[in-house]
Amino acid sequence: MSEVKTDLVDVQIDGVWHQFPKGMRMIEACRQAGVEVPHYCYHPKLTSPGNCRMCLVEMGMPPRPAPGAEAPAPDENGHLPIAWMPRPVIACANTIGPNMGIKTSGPLTEECRKGVMELLLANHPLDCPICDQAGECGLQEFSVEHGKGESRFREQKVKKPKNVDVGPRVRLDDERCIMCSRCIRFTEEIADDPVLGFTDRGSHTVLTVYPGRELANNYSLNTVDICPVGALTSNDFRFQMRVWFMRETNTIDTNCATGCNITVFARENTIYRITPRQNNDVNSDWMPDSHRLNFHWIGSETRLTDPLVKDGDHHRHASWSEAIATSADKLSALDGSEIAVIASARMTNEELLMVNRLVKHLKVGHLDTVARVGEADGYLISADRNPNTNGVKLILGLDDPGSQIETIKLGIEQGRIKALITLQENLVADAGFSTELLGKLDFLLSTYPLANATADASDVVLPGAGWAEKSGTMINATGRLQRLNKVVDGPGQTLESWEIVRDLIQATGGGNGIYAVTDIFKQLAAEVSEFAGLTWGQIGDLGLPLLETGVTIPLLEREKQRIASGLIVG
Amino acid sequence: MNGISYKSGRVPHAKEHRVVFRNIDREGWDTSLATYMGEGGYEQLKKALKTPPQEIIDEVKKAGLRGRGGAGFPCGVKWGFIPPTNTKPVYLICNADESEPGTFKDRYILHQDPHQLIEGMAIACFAVGASLSYIYIREEFPEAAKIVEKAIAEAREKGFLGKNIQGSGFDLEIYVHRGAGAYICGEETGLIESLEGKRPYPRIKPPYFPAAMGLYLCPTIVNNVETLCHVKHILEIGAENWARTGTPNNTGTRILCVSGDVQKPGYFEVEVGKVTMGELINDMCGGLKPGRELKAVIPGGSSAKVLRADEVFTVGRGDDARKLTIWDIPMDFDTLAACGSMAGSGGVIVIDDSRSISWVLNNINNFYAHESCGQCTPCREGSLWMKKITDRIVAGKASPSDIDTLYGVAKNIDGRTICAFGEACAWPTESFVEKFRDELVSDTRPELEGAIVNAETLTAVAGL
Repeated sequence: MSEVKTDLVDVQIDGVWHQFPKGMRMIEACRQAGVEVPHYCYHPKLTSPGNCRMCLVEMGMPPRPAPGAEAPAPDENGHLPIAWMPRPVIACANTIGPNMGIKTSGPLTEECRKGVMELLLANHPLDCPICDQAGECGLQEFSVEHGKGESRFREQKVKKPKNVDVGPRVRLDDERCIMCSRCIRFTEEIADDPVLGFTDRGSHTVLTVYPGRELANNYSLNTVDICPVGALTSNDFRFQMRVWFMRETNTIDTNCATGCNITVFARENTIYRITPRQNNDVNSDWMPDSHRLNFHWIGSETRLTDPLVKDGDHHRHASWSEAIATSADKLSALDGSEIAVIASARMTNEELLMVNRLVKHLKVGHLDTVARVGEADGYLISADRNPNTNGVKLILGLDDPGSQIETIKLGIEQGRIKALITLQENLVADAGFSTELLGKLDFLLSTYPLANATADASDVVLPGAGWAEKSGTMINATGRLQRLNKVVDGPGQTLESWEIVRDLIQATGGGNGIYAVTDIFKQLAAEVSEFAGLTWGQIGDLGLPLLETGVTIPLLEREKQRIASGLIVG
Repeated sequence: MNGISYKSGRVPHAKEHRVVFRNIDREGWDTSLATYMGEGGYEQLKKALKTPPQEIIDEVKKAGLRGRGGAGFPCGVKWGFIPPTNTKPVYLICNADESEPGTFKDRYILHQDPHQLIEGMAIACFAVGASLSYIYIREEFPEAAKIVEKAIAEAREKGFLGKNIQGSGFDLEIYVHRGAGAYICGEETGLIESLEGKRPYPRIKPPYFPAAMGLYLCPTIVNNVETLCHVKHILEIGAENWARTGTPNNTGTRILCVSGDVQKPGYFEVEVGKVTMGELINDMCGGLKPGRELKAVIPGGSSAKVLRADEVFTVGRGDDARKLTIWDIPMDFDTLAACGSMAGSGGVIVIDDSRSISWVLNNINNFYAHESCGQCTPCREGSLWMKKITDRIVAGKASPSDIDTLYGVAKNIDGRTICAFGEACAWPTESFVEKFRDELVSDTRPELEGAIVNAETLTAVAGL
């Protein structure tokens, strides 16, 4: 006899008995039992309208004995026989009950799926060759499994609006729309911006945007992600690349301290698209448009590609060894108290550990990072626009990152600070340094991905990799340790910051034989108590909780309430 | 006199048994409260207010009153579905969206005897504990809405509505809500969505059974106009007496609306099951038109499955089994169900041999394609597809295999949709193909088999 758990019920799925929590949706029970039930309208983060009818399955319960008749006897495992209902039911909105039977295959279910597929395609334009969704389209996928080879539809298709601007970033093709209402529910339930809706009725139903309004909220592109067909497409991505040519890399967003989990789609060395990746402890299934679209600079013409050394008023190309040696000479000639380092909270923990080593090695007198503070949006965007402020605090030991910037400026002004190393920050644009002030320095070294005013003022300029060109770990606002994974190679001779700092340490007489970022992580695990016992592989795609910060993500808190009230599965 | 009086000159047929329609077309009757009060109006409400609500529910259950809107669900049982632990407000909605083609009964109550409805509603509200109630009147009844509004105002003025009705401590407000011209608003959860100000997309059941999660997610009872009127009469004469009319399990009277190919179409209130199809058509409606023969009858509104004139129906089981011709069918819930159709909303549509079956089916399909709300896939896509196929059959542009496609589409809708509209639009096609396949096929052209048959290319492809 197995242990009796009151909150679990026995459910038979395709002939096999399982135990699941009472009240679980049938579709989720099937999923956990390893059976995919095809669906379009159902999305675990949204309410279930049950409108696509793709998830119809057979359902049965123990038979109710007629009055006076004997109740059926349970079998040796305590399971009652199942009386199957003649009508199929939707698996998405119905919940499981004790001794329930579910059949996800068999003639009735298959007939239902074939029927729904045929009806969904009846008025569909079938313009797959020019449709951006092709390759990741629900209609294509389920057509393979449940479709017919030929069409019985001999009528004229319903004509609907095409190429409709519903907002600045999203475009609508109503003929492709299957009226699943996911986008409508997203704008109502998640984005609190209910501008989408249906008008007209029957087969002439069209998705539309409310007159005089547009789908312009900062989460609008999530509707494109959840659209199961090619009805909603992204203005930024449409017609740029066939999805099957692209390589997917799981990584994290670095535009704020939330660290939304993302998938970056690239072909060769070019990034074409970023989509949110589900992580229920960080960003659920969503991400802001502003963050998702902030990647075009990565392949831009203004990238720094080679080390530069200033000769007189002009920079000239130099080799890495020359640039590093020049820097080492300048730095070695100074006392540590005359050197300041401004690192970046956009750097990974591994890069920060190397910075820490450099600071200790050179006995640097002044250390800080640049704070980036914006407004929290009440959804996913954190007021802290740096992705790794918690890493800076932990690894560089700065209690209040950004608070020493003015002191450093004053030190330069008064001539006490003679050399400044700025890593992955543009001090002129982002930290209020004037070029005059920087001009007072004897030596300025800067690394950054893009050409900028600070680089212009620098004696040595080193091309640093951008976030998509390096690997490492970061700690988000809630204290979660997450992995940043390299997507593409940096242009030209770009190096990751940890490599640059390592070379600087070596050139100034420090010894360090680190050749992989994972080695630095091992040192982190050995030296920083919070990392004790952790391995690179353990962090995985979803990260793991590292620190208690007490910070919560508003969108997730609201989602928890909807899960608790039974509105959504989550 | 401040009421409105309609004088149709129609006299009830001798076989009628008028209860709810007692005052319809009556000489000297009008819509005023004074006239209503003059004949014992609101006495049953006064009586009800002194009766424990559960006793009223039990009385309605005992009477066996089945819903007159279409589904024929026992009214008292429906009332009993309100969760006993409920702490939310309870609403009662009168469904006056009478929109099933072939049905024209509720409109007469609304236009000629509004106080009967209001009294029935007030009793029902008291029984189920509703202090707020709505009458959802379809857009096409503008006069009815005015008449009912006026009647509500009169009843309120006399203390039959409002606060502390007749000193009982029971409060009730009734509001008229107007539809905007959509058939789907007659579906109870679609109606509730519409009342909430949204598109009338029917809700999924479970979880949204109105008696538990209805209007504003509170327990809600939705009853048809005729059903609510009967509540008053059950109280008046007692459940036992009331149940003596009609037949067992098909108690009381109901109004049948006969339209189509008969000499005298109209409405007839009869004891349920006491009148046969033959009596209804031949006696009460004056028979078929001269020289015509009966071809088919749709017995319960246009969504009911059609009955063929020459069919022989076997009803009853075992020793009770008997064979019936179409003329012998007693017009009750159970027999019509046993004949493979339904009593539905009481709209009897008679089709004689002058009618093309393809045309009749196309007419029906046209209606449902126009009225599908478009929420769920099978009905949204299937209703228009069926209409387009029958369009071609009528136009002589279909091939015999199109009949199979037509039937296949209907089968893909039936039982697969959110609401009963799926069946409503699929059953006509299913039953017409099952029973009149030969005639439908005779309207098709084998040479069009496999042709691309849209209007522009038909001629070129088929070489016609």
